[in-house]
Amino acid sequence: MYTDHHKESFWTKYIFSTDHKIIGLQYGITSLVWLLFGFTLMMIMRYQLAYPESPIPFIGTLIGEGGILPSEMYNSLGAMHGTIMIFLGVVPLAFGAFGNYFVPLQIGTIDMAFPKLNATSYWMYFIGSIIMIVGFFVPGGAANSGWTSYPPLADVATMGQTIWLFGMVFLITSSLLGSVNILVTVIQLRAKGMTWMKLPVFTWAQFITAFLLLLAFPPLEAAGVLQLMDRLAGTSFFMPSGLVVSGEILNNAGGGSPLLWQHLFWFLAHPEVYVLILPAFGIVTEVLANNTRKPIWGYKSMIYSMIFLGFMSFIVWAHHMYITGMGTSIGAFFQTTTMIISIPSVVILTTLFLSLWGGSIRFNTPMLFALGFIPMFGIGGLTGLPLGLAAADIHLHDTYYVIGHFHYVVAPGTIFALFAGIYYWFPKMTGKRTNETLGKLHFFFSFIFMNGVFMPMFVQGLAGVSRRLWDGGEIYAHAADVLYLNEVMSWSAWLLGLAQIFFIVNMIISLRSKKTGEVNPWGATTIEWTDTTSPPLGHGNFETVPSVYRGPYEYSVPGADKDFTPQSEKG
Amino acid sequence: MADLTPEEIKHHVKTYIIVFVALAFFTIVTVSISYLDLGVGASIALALIVATIKGSLVVCYFMHLIDERTTIYWTLLATAAMFFILMFVPLGTMLAQAKV
Amino acid sequence: MDIPYTVKERPDTGLYNGKLGIWLFLASEVMLFGGLFSAYVFLRTGVETWPTGADILNVPLATMNTMFLITSSVTMVMSWASLKLKDFSKFKLYAGLTLLLATGFLIVKYFEYTAKFDHHLYPSTNNFLGIYFTLTGLHVIHVIGGIIVISFFWLTGAKMWKNDPDRFTNRIEIVGLYWHFVDLVWIFLFPVLYLL
Repeated sequence: MYTDHHKESFWTKYIFSTDHKIIGLQYGITSLVWLLFGFTLMMIMRYQLAYPESPIPFIGTLIGEGGILPSEMYNSLGAMHGTIMIFLGVVPLAFGAFGNYFVPLQIGTIDMAFPKLNATSYWMYFIGSIIMIVGFFVPGGAANSGWTSYPPLADVATMGQTIWLFGMVFLITSSLLGSVNILVTVIQLRAKGMTWMKLPVFTWAQFITAFLLLLAFPPLEAAGVLQLMDRLAGTSFFMPSGLVVSGEILNNAGGGSPLLWQHLFWFLAHPEVYVLILPAFGIVTEVLANNTRKPIWGYKSMIYSMIFLGFMSFIVWAHHMYITGMGTSIGAFFQTTTMIISIPSVVILTTLFLSLWGGSIRFNTPMLFALGFIPMFGIGGLTGLPLGLAAADIHLHDTYYVIGHFHYVVAPGTIFALFAGIYYWFPKMTGKRTNETLGKLHFFFSFIFMNGVFMPMFVQGLAGVSRRLWDGGEIYAHAADVLYLNEVMSWSAWLLGLAQIFFIVNMIISLRSKKTGEVNPWGATTIEWTDTTSPPLGHGNFETVPSVYRGPYEYSVPGADKDFTPQSEKG
Repeated sequence: MADLTPEEIKHHVKTYIIVFVALAFFTIVTVSISYLDLGVGASIALALIVATIKGSLVVCYFMHLIDERTTIYWTLLATAAMFFILMFVPLGTMLAQAKV
Repeated sequence: MDIPYTVKERPDTGLYNGKLGIWLFLASEVMLFGGLFSAYVFLRTGVETWPTGADILNVPLATMNTMFLITSSVTMVMSWASLKLKDFSKFKLYAGLTLLLATGFLIVKYFEYTAKFDHHLYPSTNNFLGIYFTLTGLHVIHVIGGIIVISFFWLTGAKMWKNDPDRFTNRIEIVGLYWHFVDLVWIFLFPVLYLL
């Protein structure tokens, strides 16, 4: 136990707790709320896309003339949907929630290296997210220059953009502090016997993710400072000379470069997408090993691939900038690195797929989401290839094809993996079980409607429909044949939203159910399952801190009496 | 660091003084060079070389990097790689721009 | 149970947690200032003409400021060395000198900035001034942060020194590492902005 013997108030125990498990839950609950909110924004946008210039049902009275979504508001919803899903939703859930809760448990230690810093990280995230939402209520509405905030547009945009920049400063700071914590914890606090090559893949993934966040986020912070200077101090870092805005030449010094923003932004934003996927790889690995009752095929390949992926992610960013006028040699450089980075991704996915061979597969809810991840991420990854090739990208850049690609990796990709994690670790966090029927319904309907929303996007993109269009492409003749898909996608999106009700109801009734008393219902091998209670003891986690004697996935060891052998079991 | 004897500390102190003198010297050098008209390339190169020498002295001796082990070295190596990528690749894209 | 390696070093890494933590944080700071330096390089290369730093900025004043920071780095590491030699009053002396020198730096910067404003030279005037104010401004914020933390330990240190001297010494070492980094940034800022 901790040697703090002072009595804890409600505030120190639940609100300003320094216990990594409480903080993990705080991140988890907050991020799930923001994910739902971000999803709702998109459901509103999709009404405009399916039925252009029709009044939005339910909330139409709150917005615009006659309840029709104005185009500026559409742009705000779009920019904020991206921002919220990535920075307020997926990363805090994947890294802040799962990382904080389970990394200390998996490595066999009593808390993160810096508990007070951990609490600070969470509250900075909370404050940053509130600031982001405040943007909706200022004159001109929330940021509306895309989640990518490209100048010159973002430089001259309404007040909401300044709010976005301030929000990002808090969110980035939160991330940086969290990364330092995870890195020091994994390097310094591993239990006796927990060598690097005995770490569960989940922890490796969190460790590499932390490195990416540590080194990639600061240039975006620098860019944010520069954009704030442009907007508030009248500088021209991103403003070229002689810019005309609303018919008037801008009265500033000029000489700046919009491309500078793009470089600094994408220097972060490309590693950011690997931040989005690495924790998912980690969670899927845990769930697959557990539900095939056999070790992962190619543990070492997976680890080395993730490390290589992390490093490569820093040198591909300009594949987001192919059509900015780069010369062919630089374009070729980035195309080459982009093609190379697909290799570790393929190795990892193949490792996961081959891990199924010869397994005794249990098709419980977490496993269904983990299995669903594999082909969905496969589609996402494959559709990235034409985008990574500069010549094809000329046609596909900024079309719906891109939106389809990245949503496949993040939505039926990462988010499915996160659901797998929630269902998998729910018994550990609560001591209770989720309802399998509701879980399976959640999975099946989500799977169907995810594909319903995102598959047609490839068709529209190939036909040349641009992204970020308020009218969904109506104005363009080349889009005419594929416009009908807007309605298909919108209905899929709304039904996908409804399908989440299965999840919400499941959470509520499961939380209210009785504890089962089981400590390790899935028969897992990793320490968080085998050496802690469910939930683990507050402040201390372990009655006795375990030592580690074997690898993380010793399932079905020949000659063993059980079909799983815990990491902490001697011999 | 925890187990340094007083003698070792006193030796370190001597090092700090020497480094301080070196830093002061190099400051004077770099300011003096700036008054010479050496052309853009040479000025930049010399200024950065002197700054790197000064910086290395601070990192190695004031920050004790010379006594630290591999963990810190690897972190700094990775950071240095990222720093140089960030410094030169965007420049590269600008210089290699397609001429219209 | 307490969290291990908060004071004692872990054998294989040779580090206690706080020291690793601050080095990692400094790595992120390298990338932060790196982003701004990269912006400087990009902006300067992208234009035909760029002002000469020495024509607009005050080189002698900044040279003096450079000496202030370098000296403050020495006094900072001396304050840590004093603690290693179990001399708390010497720690207070050297830490106090560090604070004095750091404040001196800030005062000089105040005069520099106000002199610019008096001559109607603002960040918005041109990109050289823009990047000058942004880079040195961010640096000033880091100096202020350092002053706040060093002052905190200068004022409240005696208590922790009494109860847990090794932990206090480590904290001063960590603060020192941060402070040396602040000096390091200026070592590059000074020639880049003022001398090139």
